[in-house]
Amino acid sequence: MMSTRLVRRTDRGGLLSLVDKDVLGLLALLLVVIVVFGATAPGFLSATTFTSVAFQLPELGLLSLAMLMPIISGGFNLAITFTANLSGLAMAYVLQSHGGVDAGVGFFVLGVLAALATGALVGWLMGTIIAYTGAHPILVSLSTMIFVRGLGEFLTRGGDISGVPGYVQAIGQGTVFGIPLPLLVFAAAVLLWTIVLSRTRLGFATRMIGSNIEATRYSGVPTRRSLTLIYTLSGVMCAIAGIVMLARFNSVRVGHGESYLLITVLACFLGRVDPFGGFGRVLPVAIALVILQVIASGLNLLGANQHLSTALWGGFLLLIMVTRSIWASQVLQMTFGKR
Amino acid sequence: MIALAQPSTGQESPAGTALLHLEHITKQFGGVKALDDVRFEIRRGEVLCLAGENGCGKSTLIKIISGVHQPEKGATMLFEGRSIEGLNPSTARQLGIQVIWQDLALFPEMSVAENISFESNLGTRPRLVNYAAMKVQAERILERLGVRLDLDALLRTLPIAQRQVVAIARALIGEATLVFMDEPTASLSQAETDALLVIVRRLSAEGIAVVFVSHRLAEVLDVCSRVTVIRDGRYVGTFPTQGMTQTRLTELMTGKTFDYAVQQRDLAGAPVILSVKNLSRAPNYADISFTIRRGEIVGLTGRLGSGRTELALSLFGMSRPTGGEITLEGRSAHFKSNREAIRAGVAYVSEDRLQLGLVQPQSIADNTVMAVLDDLIGPDRLISMTRRNTLVDDWIRDLAVKIGHPENAVSTLSGGNQQRVVLAKWLATNPKLLILDSPTVGVDVGARAGIFAIVHRLAEAGMAILLISDEIPEVYFNADRILHMRDGRIVGSYVPGETEIDAIEEAVHA
Repeated sequence: MMSTRLVRRTDRGGLLSLVDKDVLGLLALLLVVIVVFGATAPGFLSATTFTSVAFQLPELGLLSLAMLMPIISGGFNLAITFTANLSGLAMAYVLQSHGGVDAGVGFFVLGVLAALATGALVGWLMGTIIAYTGAHPILVSLSTMIFVRGLGEFLTRGGDISGVPGYVQAIGQGTVFGIPLPLLVFAAAVLLWTIVLSRTRLGFATRMIGSNIEATRYSGVPTRRSLTLIYTLSGVMCAIAGIVMLARFNSVRVGHGESYLLITVLACFLGRVDPFGGFGRVLPVAIALVILQVIASGLNLLGANQHLSTALWGGFLLLIMVTRSIWASQVLQMTFGKR
Repeated sequence: MIALAQPSTGQESPAGTALLHLEHITKQFGGVKALDDVRFEIRRGEVLCLAGENGCGKSTLIKIISGVHQPEKGATMLFEGRSIEGLNPSTARQLGIQVIWQDLALFPEMSVAENISFESNLGTRPRLVNYAAMKVQAERILERLGVRLDLDALLRTLPIAQRQVVAIARALIGEATLVFMDEPTASLSQAETDALLVIVRRLSAEGIAVVFVSHRLAEVLDVCSRVTVIRDGRYVGTFPTQGMTQTRLTELMTGKTFDYAVQQRDLAGAPVILSVKNLSRAPNYADISFTIRRGEIVGLTGRLGSGRTELALSLFGMSRPTGGEITLEGRSAHFKSNREAIRAGVAYVSEDRLQLGLVQPQSIADNTVMAVLDDLIGPDRLISMTRRNTLVDDWIRDLAVKIGHPENAVSTLSGGNQQRVVLAKWLATNPKLLILDSPTVGVDVGARAGIFAIVHRLAEAGMAILLISDEIPEVYFNADRILHMRDGRIVGSYVPGETEIDAIEEAVHA
């Protein structure tokens, strides 16, 4: 019976085309959005729009990447925005205590390290608790969020810390060959996350844990260490977001970017990440982020009342979901029709 | 190869005295004949087994009898001698025909009483729920079954065995005459199964006919008086269980004769791979001592809850023994985690393939490489996709896994092929000791032989194998030696061929 060879040498091109279907679908959606706003919003198809999207995208984008890994592992990180604030605060503190606007490059590097360490520490704390107590990530990260916010508010007395050296502001506001620096930071982060998720043992463990942590543990994958690392990396990504935010606004305030929290979740789901964990890739999420940002910019240009534009934005998203479900059921019908 | 059995027509009663008598039952779904000229007969108060491999048409037959499907023209359907053509679910229920499907279809958020008396409340007037009457009714039925349950307990708080009882009680609410039980013991322990069989006998004594659908051949032969076998939608025959053996029944179900021969190999000279001395872990097992040699298959049997799985988990580093010693290839082993055990050359195929053996939603390829990620790391310190794909292709070919595409979810495979993926995952770690915990649970009878062919090949290649199973023939015909565990201790050791299989069955099930 060993001689029954029913397996063909496998053709993995099939997988590749499957993968691209996600990406192509989202790119098509992006095109539709651009065409719609190009036709309706005056001055939409201009360098200004590009620049505004390019400067706004990275903050939300970096925070979405911080949300992505916990979601794929079947969890959540609700502390992302406040972790970013606290990390920015650590950097601002280092700069402030060494000359403020006149701080040297050495202290800038020290500040960045302090921010990264802060983010990593918060993430590590969360990850350790989740891994070793088995408490639900929503509860643990929610508690962490409250803790981190309180800590930040205590340290800043509710105010903001502002004034960073000019060259730091360049990170948030400068361009290289016309490309905004924050966008380059984001692109590098996307590349890094793609490699981590698709080519490292941690990325592999993240997906497996998201689908079934016990079966993963039985296979000898160190699930606790992996979970700790997932949240630590999430914290590091928050710190990068915090640094970019500090550089862009020349100040840091606890609560800044708070409204991004749920949008990062939305971006992940729009980017075809499985809400129940186990599946998700970086590139579709990145495209989903661009779509979200383009819609926001387009509505701005249409001159919608600022409050109304939020409602319109939400409406647009609902429309996308409905369209997608109709699309899916039609594909289903076509498959059944063939039978 | 094919050993067709002659149905024992003499055992069947004339149609007049049967509770239900079906003849020429054919059912076509599109171009597929799910049932082809099948007959079925059951007497009042009889316990009958309906046996056949997955997909043989058992479920279709049950659905025809319960009025869900209508058979093609030409069928004869008699209930107590009267024709019941054009049966639908509601008339079937009026005749007292009840089906308890494997998933039970109960309401987890409702109480025991509500679950039992739910149906008698439908369509009554006034349209109000009379909780007091419900409880009285539920209580009366449970009494009939000889079972005590908290009527107010929410169903979801009950263990599976008690939910089973609730489902049976619900089936009895309308005057039941014929009850189908679909795989009722699949998730029950031996003690719970015994309790269920007592209930089945009670029903039978009340004159209610019970049709038992089960994969566990031992209990089928134990509780049923006759067994009706269906294979590939065709009627094979109805046989008395007296004098029927598991081996023969398997042959009838699959249409294949299996090469059942006792292992006779001389392994006395082979080096000892695993040696366990006075191993204990309170309260799971105590004072366990045995050895496994290179190339030896040691069978470990005993009822569910005898401590066999707990012992296996300790050998695999998932739990720590409180006393005694494990020696692997002459070196003392104190595993702090299963990672250490895997590194030392221990592999464990879990009895729970769905929850612990495989990550079901993920791909066949990823499940295959899961235990050997470290080997896939290329010179750039990243996972090499080439190495991964080569490894997966090699194992799929080597174990003849029938798959569509390695990137498909492993859940799309049949039980037998899933088990091959589990084996591939562990064989990739190049183990010295392979622990197989109930490796054929949920695997079709026909596919089991394929799994054991692999196991024997591994033993020939020098692997030490611990085969845990509660099916005695499985260990008897595959192991070199059999250990019998009860209440956490090894109470017997047998060599197949020297001890008769019946003697071992008796010792284990006594």
